[in-house]
Amino acid sequence: MAKDNLKKEPLMRIVKRTKNSTISNKMAVIVRVVAILLALIVCGIFIFVLTKTNPIKVYYGMIEGAMGTNRRVWNTLRDTMILLAVSLAITPAFKMKFWNIGAEGQILVGGIATAAVMRYMGATMNGPGLFAVMIVVSIVAGMVWGIIPAIFKAQYNTNETLFTLMMNYIAIQLTSYFCIVWEAVKGSGTIGTINQETRNGWISTSFLGNIFGQFNYSINVILVIILMVVMAYYLKKTKHGYEIAVVGESENTARYAGINVKKVIIRTMAISGALCGLTGFLLVSGSSHTISTNTAGGRGFTAIIVSWLAKFNPYMMLLISFFLVFLDNGAVQIASQYGLNESASEVMTGIVLFFLIGCEFFLNYRVVFRGKHEEA
Amino acid sequence: MDTNNAIELKNICKRFGDVFANKNITLEVRKGEILSLLGENGSGKTTLMNMLSGIYFPDDGQIFIDGKEVSITSPKDAYELGIGMIHQHFKLIETFTAAENIILGLPGKEVIQMNAVVEKINELIKKYGFELDPTKKIYDMSVSEKQTVEIIKMLYRGANILILDEPTAVLTPQETDRLFDVLRNMRNDGKAIIIITHKLHEVLSLSDRVAVLRKGEYIGTVLTKEATELSLTEMMVGEKVSLNIGRKPPVNVHKKLSIKNLTCVDKAGVTTLKNVSFEANAGEILGIAGIAGSGQKELLEAVAGLQNIQEGSIVFHDDKGDIELVGKTSTEIRNIGVALSFVPEDRLGMGLVGNMDLADNVMLRSYMDGKGIAVNRKKPRQKTEKIVDELKVVTPSISTPIRRLSGGNVQKVLVGREISNAPAVLMTAYAVRGLDINTSYIIYNLINEQKEKGVAVIYVGEDLDVLLELADRILVLCGGSVSGIVDARTTTKEQIGLMMTKHSTEVM
Amino acid sequence: MNIILIILKKIFTVTFIQKAVTQGIPILYGATGEIMTERSGNLNLGIPGIMYMGGIGGLVGAFAYEQSVAVPNGWVGVICALVVSMLFALIGGLIYSFLTITLRVNQNVTGLALTTFGVGFGNFLGGSLSRIAGSAGQVSVYITGQTFRTKIPFLSTKLGVVSDIVFSYGFLTYFSIVLAIFLSWFLFKTRKGLNLRAVGEDPAAADAAGINVIRYKYVATCTGAVISGLGGLYFVMEYLGGTWQNNGFGDRGWLAIALVILALWKPARAIWGCILFGGLYILFAYVPFGDAMQEIFKMLPYVVTIVVLVISSVREKKDSQAPKSLGLSYFREDR
Repeated sequence: MAKDNLKKEPLMRIVKRTKNSTISNKMAVIVRVVAILLALIVCGIFIFVLTKTNPIKVYYGMIEGAMGTNRRVWNTLRDTMILLAVSLAITPAFKMKFWNIGAEGQILVGGIATAAVMRYMGATMNGPGLFAVMIVVSIVAGMVWGIIPAIFKAQYNTNETLFTLMMNYIAIQLTSYFCIVWEAVKGSGTIGTINQETRNGWISTSFLGNIFGQFNYSINVILVIILMVVMAYYLKKTKHGYEIAVVGESENTARYAGINVKKVIIRTMAISGALCGLTGFLLVSGSSHTISTNTAGGRGFTAIIVSWLAKFNPYMMLLISFFLVFLDNGAVQIASQYGLNESASEVMTGIVLFFLIGCEFFLNYRVVFRGKHEEA
Repeated sequence: MDTNNAIELKNICKRFGDVFANKNITLEVRKGEILSLLGENGSGKTTLMNMLSGIYFPDDGQIFIDGKEVSITSPKDAYELGIGMIHQHFKLIETFTAAENIILGLPGKEVIQMNAVVEKINELIKKYGFELDPTKKIYDMSVSEKQTVEIIKMLYRGANILILDEPTAVLTPQETDRLFDVLRNMRNDGKAIIIITHKLHEVLSLSDRVAVLRKGEYIGTVLTKEATELSLTEMMVGEKVSLNIGRKPPVNVHKKLSIKNLTCVDKAGVTTLKNVSFEANAGEILGIAGIAGSGQKELLEAVAGLQNIQEGSIVFHDDKGDIELVGKTSTEIRNIGVALSFVPEDRLGMGLVGNMDLADNVMLRSYMDGKGIAVNRKKPRQKTEKIVDELKVVTPSISTPIRRLSGGNVQKVLVGREISNAPAVLMTAYAVRGLDINTSYIIYNLINEQKEKGVAVIYVGEDLDVLLELADRILVLCGGSVSGIVDARTTTKEQIGLMMTKHSTEVM
Repeated sequence: MNIILIILKKIFTVTFIQKAVTQGIPILYGATGEIMTERSGNLNLGIPGIMYMGGIGGLVGAFAYEQSVAVPNGWVGVICALVVSMLFALIGGLIYSFLTITLRVNQNVTGLALTTFGVGFGNFLGGSLSRIAGSAGQVSVYITGQTFRTKIPFLSTKLGVVSDIVFSYGFLTYFSIVLAIFLSWFLFKTRKGLNLRAVGEDPAAADAAGINVIRYKYVATCTGAVISGLGGLYFVMEYLGGTWQNNGFGDRGWLAIALVILALWKPARAIWGCILFGGLYILFAYVPFGDAMQEIFKMLPYVVTIVVLVISSVREKKDSQAPKSLGLSYFREDR
């Protein structure tokens, strides 16, 4: 009976964190900061290999690139607000564990609707009425785009991840279609700046812009900040928000509580799509004044990562959106400064994301080594 | 070592938290015998067997297989030692055929010779007298066919020791007979078979010896031919223990809920409740006893408006008149002013939301109260403070996610919430499962208080001692039907035990 | 009716079929790789990024080789391209696997981050490769690219129309079809294939049957990534002839994920599916409704995918559903 030959318990095992072993808030912050630092070191190595310059200097260049001039500050702010708006838009559905990766498409249809109103009604009804119409149609367009997959999810449990993904490309082709229908120069496939002469339907030069002075994007910032506060309120304080949270945690509990799960799924996706559509309005009317297939620019996907990293907390999303945009704009700047391709920013963003995503493991699980027993 | 023993267990202990699931269990199983492992729910039978099949690892004690000491750390280890366990929840891939499931994970020639596999399976089928088409997909199979696949899977892997966890719970009497024939054939082939059950007539008709566990402890082993239903029941339930639960005589008893000919069918088309009729009275506790899965859950959910009811009526009696509840959703029932409270069995999966804090959980069933789009958290918070205060819930604050609380405190919040809604009917399912003695008594007292207030209480329980001292009347369910309603003050444990395992026709 | 006839006439031409095949092959590689990955229960939305990584990897390998010798040999270039391409795609697969299988982080979030990274990585190297090497102009590996385009001797010229339709492609085309057939056989006829499908359907049951779930998930996901990467390589070498276009690969990676649904998770079905998708992808150029309507026709592959997705969820046919555990990470103690 050679007892030495017996197999022992495994050397280490992974345990889900439970009541007694939840990580403290302080530790959670430390874990994330360490992850970002590690990511910056890896990025530093990447930069050093390619440019042979001191990474510290390069990182200083990034700060310069994102915040160096007034204009850059405004651009960083504008991009932060758009990313934040999309993140806020997808969050209610996401919190319900509905994987809406179709924000890209919902933004585009909102943008198309806005552009159409600007083109066709801009001249006749400039003023508050025009903005009201633009906002309404962009919201309706995004809502329709969001509701379609939701209905199939609620009725037939059709996989929403794949459905919403496909809806993106239908929206992209729709955008291409309108780009040609509205094209500025025959054969160019781009529509140029809408209402360049009159600036009808531009937020910055509208009656709204006049109230807040000459700063280009102050309206965008104000609108999105309001949206953030409203969303925080909606998720935390309203009956709808409560229902979303319960459905997301357990459909069984939701039924026990008397919640109509199908209704909540469809309603929440309507809201999510509507807000994406509104973001399309902000992009077209508030910053680019044109529309192309790149208008959404992958933000629908990045927003999922933002919302997930923020654990659905709108205020955290502001921070994370800012961080990612800062990284992106900074990297674009150093790329041109050191003669690198501007896609370097996506590479760096990717590396930082891997570390941020990976560190979630240490927040949800812990590793127990052999011989250490503890109460369940 | 006696090599006639297929399995020997010595002083096996397993704890979950502070509770001993198994305490110093010593047991042996011989080759070529069928051993019944008998015990009430929660007596530790399945835990013990899970240590043989590699799902749990014992905290203490030794396991010998064929006379050699072994250490079983994974299901794979168990296979290699020739141990096969058939769980209550089958571990089969739905979209595969029987044959594909049977050879899953096995080594062999890389390209599957499906004809040869099917042939070998057919040999096993013939040898032991199974009935199965190896090329049929699992999703087209009945429960009994799926069970057959599981058993053949183990035999195909060369299992010499077979453990079956309540195999007859899901079978019809005819299917049960067929299974027993197969098991006898396997015994005659020299295999050691352990069958976990609490159906006494099956124990008597099938097994060679019976081992009894009670509350995690080993009581003894007897030869089946020397045992009777009565002697086994006594071993299983033990001496009557006095609990001092403090039951008062019911006052002002009147009809509150009449259930007539209730029949429910689940999604898979299986009848879960058959023609159930009874009345629940205000000012009284109606205990519900039965083996796990006899329809308790479905009965309570049907009353709460959460089950698909095929037939029957549920009438609520009020000062204002009678209200039919069948056909109404839980929300509709609430909106017409019927105060039903329900403490479900699955606390964190149905009754509460683990990641929400105490206050948010307390408002789960009343979040729609008040006008406007905002939830009113003021009242729920006050209510939560009150529950925490009165029931002495141990929690850092009422803003703590409830999953961080211990099981007893979780249950206090759940019961506290349901009671705080001033119910006319209070239904609880396994309200003290997994709780320590003190918390259990707090729950008993709360339930007694409700009864004294004139609430009609329906208490689904598994500990017969508790049911006898807490309830006024006890309804016994067996296989989805009512096998009888008895007076808790005059009935004995043995009587209920027998009713739990027999259908009403057999008792009367 | 006339219009339909005109379209049909245009479609039943040799060039249309050739173009449909050329468009379809990268999607076939991507779909085959994603099918292997999804069969293990991992929904890898990083496949579009991995295809970029595979593409640029091939370019890096061939470029490094062509720069290092005076007279490059095309077939050595091909080998260098294949090795580095597979290596880059493998790295992508490993990143995804480590994060989702070992660290059990959310699959969708990880996949999307990987696509951000992979696309950026491809465009970054594609745009700066020649400058890093100290030369000017667009990166080009002409010799290797032409070798990738080598057609089968005799068969590609002597059989008339058959030569044009069936034998006018480079070896990666034929390899993709052989690979898809082989993997279908592997999944449905071998023990490892059976085990892999079990892991994707129900990892707990597979675990109970003694299958090493973690290992299967890793191997399938990484193999799937390498196969997908070949789609990027095909595009860079055979389609573009050995050069890089910024974002040139476009949304073909997402189309590959769509093809998985159309193929009902069976690699062999993806073969005709990829030609269908390839045809739908270029059909716009053959419709006489003007430029704008062409863009509407480009929606077709996606619309078809949605229709298939909806039909299969309405019909609830058990054999043609996504693997049941798709998208969920496996944790034994959750049982």
